[in-house]
Amino acid sequence: MTANIQLGVGGPEGLADDTKPSQVLKQSKNGTGAGSAGWAVRIVLGILCTLWMIPVLGLFVNSFRPRDQQLGSGWWSVINNPLDLTKWTLSNYKNVILTQDGGVNMGSAFINSLVVALPATVIPILVACFAAYAFTFMQWRGRDIVFVVIVGLLVIPNQVALVPLLKLYGQLGINQTFLAVWLAHIGFGMPLAVYIFRNYMSTLPMALIESAKIDGASHFTTFWRLIIPMSTPAIASFAIFQFLWVWNDLLVALLFLGRGDNTVVTVALQGLQGQTGQGRELIPSAAFVAIIIPIIVFLSLQRFFIRGMTSGAVKG
Amino acid sequence: MALKIVNALLAIIGGIGGAMLIFWILNKLSESLKGRWEDRVKPWMFAGPAILAIAVFLIYPAITTLQYSFANDQTTSYVGFQNYIDLFSDPTFRTALFNNVLWIILVPVITVGFGLLVAILTDRLRPRGEKLTKTIIFLPMAISMVGAATIWSTIFSFQPAGSPQTGLLNAALGIFGKDPVSWYQTSTLRLNSLLLMVILIWTQVGYSMVLLSSAIKAVPEDTVEAGRIDGAGERRIFTSIIVPQIWGTMVTVFITVLIGVMKVFDIVYVVTNGGFNTDVIGRRFYDELFTFRNNGYAASIVVILMIAIIPVLIYQVRHFRAEELAR
Repeated sequence: MTANIQLGVGGPEGLADDTKPSQVLKQSKNGTGAGSAGWAVRIVLGILCTLWMIPVLGLFVNSFRPRDQQLGSGWWSVINNPLDLTKWTLSNYKNVILTQDGGVNMGSAFINSLVVALPATVIPILVACFAAYAFTFMQWRGRDIVFVVIVGLLVIPNQVALVPLLKLYGQLGINQTFLAVWLAHIGFGMPLAVYIFRNYMSTLPMALIESAKIDGASHFTTFWRLIIPMSTPAIASFAIFQFLWVWNDLLVALLFLGRGDNTVVTVALQGLQGQTGQGRELIPSAAFVAIIIPIIVFLSLQRFFIRGMTSGAVKG
Repeated sequence: MALKIVNALLAIIGGIGGAMLIFWILNKLSESLKGRWEDRVKPWMFAGPAILAIAVFLIYPAITTLQYSFANDQTTSYVGFQNYIDLFSDPTFRTALFNNVLWIILVPVITVGFGLLVAILTDRLRPRGEKLTKTIIFLPMAISMVGAATIWSTIFSFQPAGSPQTGLLNAALGIFGKDPVSWYQTSTLRLNSLLLMVILIWTQVGYSMVLLSSAIKAVPEDTVEAGRIDGAGERRIFTSIIVPQIWGTMVTVFITVLIGVMKVFDIVYVVTNGGFNTDVIGRRFYDELFTFRNNGYAASIVVILMIAIIPVLIYQVRHFRAEELAR
């Protein structure tokens, strides 16, 4: 939330994420120094990391096992005979991505998730950057009050909007369309986006903007040429947040997209969970189709993600 | 499939392009105005779309929801406080509310505590070890609740006695000759709710760890040094010097997790769909809104949630004001 905002995305401290060697190397507060961990600490952390990853490993192993193997024995039993190729298969992935007949098609759900998540990430950023510019570099009546309202709205849960929206969308006839989810996510992500960008922009040197003005640049030009390029760290942080949030969302997708042609990965995977008979062996591979993008995004952009979090990224 | 991909690309480009076009037009419009009017109108052209989005998708629906909560299921006539009376006299709703309280008491505290522990321990590792450990603990944060629920089935899954067990816990019980337990259906001492909490905590500890770790690293070395010179032990240094300085961050993490837990929905919906005494108000809300189409009940559940969140909202605004002054 806001407690860390001095450390904000733009703060000179830059946030002690673990990629900053200078801070990592700094002496530990327990007076024992980095790299001083005794065997007890190492063992505890080792056990913890193992516990943390065992469920993921189990599912990963299962996703490559044929139906009879998956249902006939636990995933750990592959240890007995890991090289027996008859116990491994790629057909789960093939079936789950390419199925056309009625079943859950994760391939198409995957594309739908992209269609939902990309505009639902880019549009709020665009809208919020313009607003943040106005909140930071323009003088207008009511500015501060409007911003305080936005800060308050940060903690409001999305559920407040759902009852009337479902009704409104029904009247407009846009239920089950991408437009419906885009609009909802644009609205729900907006307070956080404006908040993060405004906090970041207020750390930019005012003199630079003044001199652009003297040189005759309009607000529009200053915005695109100066502010947007300088705000990249904040934009990256929020983009990752919003993308993961939208991609992983179940409730909004369930209400406004449902289980039809436009269904997304979370809803499709949830639909598979009820499977008891045919198709049950597809659940693990379907899960990996659903989580692979967030994991890649997360691992490759971890630095920005952490910056966003420590800058006060909370979403009601 | 090819057609689907083309359509998808068109939808993405159309959505994003449309948004850009709107701003271009708004800017042209305000530039066509002369002199002072341009300065007056422009802020609203820039901030307007965001304010509009917030008004249409948060403020207006919040007010409408309040109104709906005093009306019947199809919002055709007002029923006063009847929805609230019905809800609170419904034992299944009280169960959901009780479970929510349990989630609220346990999950934020455990998440902060666990995150603090990992943050302190990893602080003593060498940089590479620290980074690897943190990445592992942090990774579940990227995984959706549906994904997490699927992942944990490799631990909690249950098959009737006699058939091969595919869940790690029941297989372990089998080794000791015990009968398998249907974990998610066992509500003794709210065991199943606790297991659902484990899954949520698994996804949240990384967040708590990262924030607390950066707070610990930001504690000035000389304050710790001063304590040491005064003869304080490691434990005393931790409780009297480090904790007070990272307290703000601990509160932040606590509140963030708290808000998430208050409206918890996905994990319960996916795993038990609220059965076996695991219901929470977030899932009940979905049921009332979507399954039973009862706008009155759904709206009053949201209003209860809103009232519960008001203290957090006040804290948030106060905190923001204090920080603006300190700027």
